[in-house]
Amino acid sequence: MKISVITALAAGVIASGVYAEEVAPTAVSFEDGAVAQSLTGVAGDSANGREIVGDKGQGNCVACHMLTDLADVPFQGNIGPNLDGVGDRWSEADLRGLVVNAKMMFEDSMMPSFYRTEGYTRPGNAYTGKAADDTFAPLLSAQQVEDVVAYLATLKE
Amino acid sequence: MRKLTGAVLATLLTTSAAFADPVDDTLILNEETEVVVRTAAPEHLADAFDEVMSGWLFRGDETRAMQMDDFDNPGMIFVEQAEDKWNTAEGTAGKSCADCHGASEEMAGVRPTYPKWNADAGEVRTLEMQVNDCRTTQMGADEWKYTGGDMVNMTALLASVSRGLPMNVAIDGPAQATWEQGKEMYYTRYGQLELSCANCHENNFGNMIRADHLSQGQTNGFPVYRLKNTKLNAAHSRFKGCIRDTRAETFAAGSPEFVALELYVASRGNGLGVEGPAIRN
Ligand code: HEC
Ligand code: HEC
Repeated sequence: MKISVITALAAGVIASGVYAEEVAPTAVSFEDGAVAQSLTGVAGDSANGREIVGDKGQGNCVACHMLTDLADVPFQGNIGPNLDGVGDRWSEADLRGLVVNAKMMFEDSMMPSFYRTEGYTRPGNAYTGKAADDTFAPLLSAQQVEDVVAYLATLKE
Repeated sequence: MRKLTGAVLATLLTTSAAFADPVDDTLILNEETEVVVRTAAPEHLADAFDEVMSGWLFRGDETRAMQMDDFDNPGMIFVEQAEDKWNTAEGTAGKSCADCHGASEEMAGVRPTYPKWNADAGEVRTLEMQVNDCRTTQMGADEWKYTGGDMVNMTALLASVSRGLPMNVAIDGPAQATWEQGKEMYYTRYGQLELSCANCHENNFGNMIRADHLSQGQTNGFPVYRLKNTKLNAAHSRFKGCIRDTRAETFAAGSPEFVALELYVASRGNGLGVEGPAIRN
């Protein structure tokens, strides 16, 4: 018991050391649906972002969106718009806002909020069907959001 | 090489998108019983839909064909097992279902009206609840587990003898409050993904969510034999799965919430023919 508390504390210290400037999910500030400030201050890694967008266990964006750059990922959904060219259509701040909480841009959007922790009805513990516990975390970490945004910005027609 | 694979896949994707709409097909069972799989939406749904459609229209050619002939329908094995139970005396009263109800075919017309208000009990009952009430009150036998094998098999038997008859659950009178509760749930955006039943089955039927072709999420085919888990699945098991997939804390099978949701969802399919046991992915 004691040990796990200490471990948790230590992990907290390490995490805050690495991401000194990380913006908490509850502290993100929006303007017209866009988020100008980087969530971490660390430049996004677009190659990792590409991975997250296509990976079922991470962003799983392809569940709802098609995009030609990820044509090697089978079974792309067509719930949302095709993401080809989103880097032309939206600024980096817009893209960050869309990934953090698309409902700030599109009211009642079906798109999940990837960096939010509050305001859910019966939040669960991942896909177990059980109630959320204290491990509840946003769908993507702050740096993962930055990586996805960096990747989306490369999607030009 | 990589480019080529990409191009091939892109073509596949375009093709599957072209097939994403429900097919234009007619369901005739065993070359004799026609089942309505597409019909005018019930009045209470007029704002949302012109037409309601069975999930059968959203499945692939082979899956649809499998359901058309009882010899090919793996769900029918379980119907036969339930037929044995139907005729077997159990419990302290020493009675079988048949002792009170006659042959299972006599139950034609029952499935389409459930969930249904029970005046004596003062509650809306699903078919499962009614079966368990017969077991405990009439037979002096143990309750069956809500989504257990015996129960799901028995509901498959009761559905099978009503195949082709239109779903027709009552939503007014004493059932109305329960129906309203179910409707409220249908439009609630549950879980961390904040998705309601309506998000997927009203606003996006016909579209693909990853590899899944979304239907209107109708219950006229239940219990359904799923190729994915090779067994019969109760409607409440499906509801549980759909809510779990929104990263939500789900409800229990047989819970008052799911009874209400089942009544509401069933009412969205009023007019569609009973198909159970249907075949789905
Ligand atoms: C459950 C469905 C769903 C998922 C999952 C999803 N989106 Fe979306 N997305 C939508 C919908 C629907 C829209 C259209 C906005 C609207 O009208 O609500 C959209 C819009 C967008 C847009 C704006 C596109 C344009 O052309 O204007 C971007 C960018 C985007 N999504 C990126 C993502 C990324 C990145 C992910 C994963 C990290 C993701 N989406 C996951 C449904 C989804
Ligand atoms: C994230 C998307 C999603 C949500 C939200 C969702 N479902 Fe589903 N549902 C599916 C998929 C995918 C299937 C399998 C393909 C199909 O039949 O649509 C399915 C199937 C079903 C079926 C089986 C239909 C058949 O003919 O076999 C029913 C019934 C159903 N859903 C009801 C519901 C209800 C009720 C809710 C809300 C409590 C709900 N669903 C929420 C995705 C969803």
